[in-house]
Amino acid sequence: MRKVAIVAAASRQETKMLDTEVEMMIPLISEVKDKTGLDQTDIGFTCSGSSDFLAGQAFSFVMTLDAVGPVPPISESHVEMDGAWALYEAWVKFQMGVIDTALVYSYGKPSPGSLQDVLSTQLDPYYVAPLWPDAHAVAGLQARSLLEQGVVTAELLADCALRTGTVDSREEYFSQPMLSDPLREADCPTYADGGVAVILASEEKAEELCEKPAWITGIDHRIDAHQFGVRDLTTVPSARIAAQKAGVHDGPIDVAELHAAYTTHDFLLRKEMGLPEIPTHSQRSYPIKADTLMASGLLRIAEAARGIWEGEANRSLAHATAGPLLQQNLVCVLSGERN
Amino acid sequence: MGTGGELAAVVGVGMTKFSATRGDVSMPGLVREAAQRALQDAGMEWDDIDAVVMGKAPDFFEGVMMPEIFLSEALGCVGKPMLRVHTAGSVGGSTALVAASLVHSGVHKRVLTVAWEKQSESNAMWALSLKQPFQVSINAGAGGYFSPIIRQYMEATQAPELIGCMVAFKDRQHALLNPYAHLHQPDLTFDQVVESPMLWEPIRYSETCPSSDGAAAMVIVNEEEANKSTSPAWIHAGAMRSEANNFPGRDEVNPLASRECAADLWRQAGIVDPRKEIDVVEMYVPFSWYEPMWLESLGFCNRGDGWKLVESGATHIDGGDLPVNCSGGVLSSNPIGASGMIRFAEAALQVRGMAGDHQVDGAQKALGHAYGGGAQYFAMWVVGKDKPAA
Repeated sequence: MRKVAIVAAASRQETKMLDTEVEMMIPLISEVKDKTGLDQTDIGFTCSGSSDFLAGQAFSFVMTLDAVGPVPPISESHVEMDGAWALYEAWVKFQMGVIDTALVYSYGKPSPGSLQDVLSTQLDPYYVAPLWPDAHAVAGLQARSLLEQGVVTAELLADCALRTGTVDSREEYFSQPMLSDPLREADCPTYADGGVAVILASEEKAEELCEKPAWITGIDHRIDAHQFGVRDLTTVPSARIAAQKAGVHDGPIDVAELHAAYTTHDFLLRKEMGLPEIPTHSQRSYPIKADTLMASGLLRIAEAARGIWEGEANRSLAHATAGPLLQQNLVCVLSGERN
Repeated sequence: MGTGGELAAVVGVGMTKFSATRGDVSMPGLVREAAQRALQDAGMEWDDIDAVVMGKAPDFFEGVMMPEIFLSEALGCVGKPMLRVHTAGSVGGSTALVAASLVHSGVHKRVLTVAWEKQSESNAMWALSLKQPFQVSINAGAGGYFSPIIRQYMEATQAPELIGCMVAFKDRQHALLNPYAHLHQPDLTFDQVVESPMLWEPIRYSETCPSSDGAAAMVIVNEEEANKSTSPAWIHAGAMRSEANNFPGRDEVNPLASRECAADLWRQAGIVDPRKEIDVVEMYVPFSWYEPMWLESLGFCNRGDGWKLVESGATHIDGGDLPVNCSGGVLSSNPIGASGMIRFAEAALQVRGMAGDHQVDGAQKALGHAYGGGAQYFAMWVVGKDKPAA
């Protein structure tokens, strides 16, 4: 496989952003171009990820392309997925040997709509969505399953919330009322608007553009079944396979950036990927506690790269998820070492 | 030259019957119908597939957010990688190119790609008319958007007024040769096309595409796998380009993104004279006039001569030397998200000699073409009966 590195990233997250998607993305895309000195015509491929349902508009990504300024025309693609998968598509393009640089970006603005309702429309439209179960309700089903089968205990969830910093003590956790029984507020995500842009470069180019490129040593993604009735909600086989294929276990991981929106997800992902005791983003100074749909996964990759750039990690892991209850998972392993 | 990386070929093609309402199948049933036929054509089982790439146009067309998520089981994806592409109207083509890239890159050996739309599940006019703050709504539909551009073309080239009707009549005749086509109008006459109601001057009702349910699928494999097939369609070239909707000096009739995409494509395929070297064309023509416009943009003739090709009958399957849209094209079937992939898949069928009654005899090289947005997004490929020259 051809070596590919992340050489620049820029991101922004706010609870409620008044800027449009284009206004949000222009400074971020400009920032990564400035950091690398690349201009649009130097970039071999551009790929983005977003969702029309979040934007409330069909073909919403067409407008956002204005943030790139595709004049003259560019080689470009878009996935209706988290930007982590856009990064994957770009990585594949590098493997074809046809590009040396790529711009990848993604964004999501859940604040103008009712995200819990919007997420209901992601469920099976014939059998489940007509009941309008919201994301927290579905997460509650999974949490109940985990507790009743003894896979996790309420105390473990409390510790996870404590680690994430959403509560200051176990007592505080247990004093919270149920939000989606058996999940409390501290177990559930808050949401934010935001976007992220990154630049990727090939082994021939990366060191020119970045002092310490974050090399992608493995990347893989898998999907599980959708129907809750055929899934064992206490396991995440797709995350386990993706972690194996991405080579997570080939060496020690110093920093893991998990796209875990619920405490139960944090627990499940650590278990499936075999990451019991290593630091996650929740222990870092940069406070990303809120989920920015369509950007959270790519943000995790950008943060894992930052761990390498800043010398905090020699080897870091980033994870992205999509669909209800961790149905689809992507794992990316980064290293400060080229080989 | 070439697409870069390893050779790849199409060894399986599957399509559904296209119609206004496929009320007999659910969304999973629809995509599975196309995918199953593609697998059968390829002589493969679900387990033989390494990864799945799905494409479709806006999720609002069915009212399901990211529907690939719930289609995981229907497409045999459980435990496998799945990607979902969305690049406006060109998406079916882009999806095929992303699937091909998974093989060219050496990442996978056997990839299933599916593109679909089930417009009857929702309401496309509603989906396209959601009010946005601070944006002016044209409320004109796609025809209203493209009609001034077509008028500009007619003005610039002095094309006779009925060229568009000729294209529409030709494609409806071609559709009679394709059992999967949505519109089968055996009694339609040229005069009826001309006399059909004017929707967006100069676009008549009969010069527009229908609104369809349907899916198309392909199995794309690496060289080693393709060598086992009796009739692979080798991918000689693939290109995508996008440009902004609005910028000073933009040529909307013949967009720069289209020209640059075509130039890249011909370069990869080693094609110098597309008119001579391409045997059959499947291009994205949702409104009749786009046939002469794209013929020019793609370099099949000089600027201003596209309508002359149409008028001469060159693009008709019966006697034409450059048959265009032998399947009946988008004008006869338009499951939006799938329409681009149908073009790509039909091109593959032609060079495999498997296009049935709409087969062009001895087709060696074929072009699949798709566009989207305000004619801003382009995806194209060239497939051939033989392996690309090294």
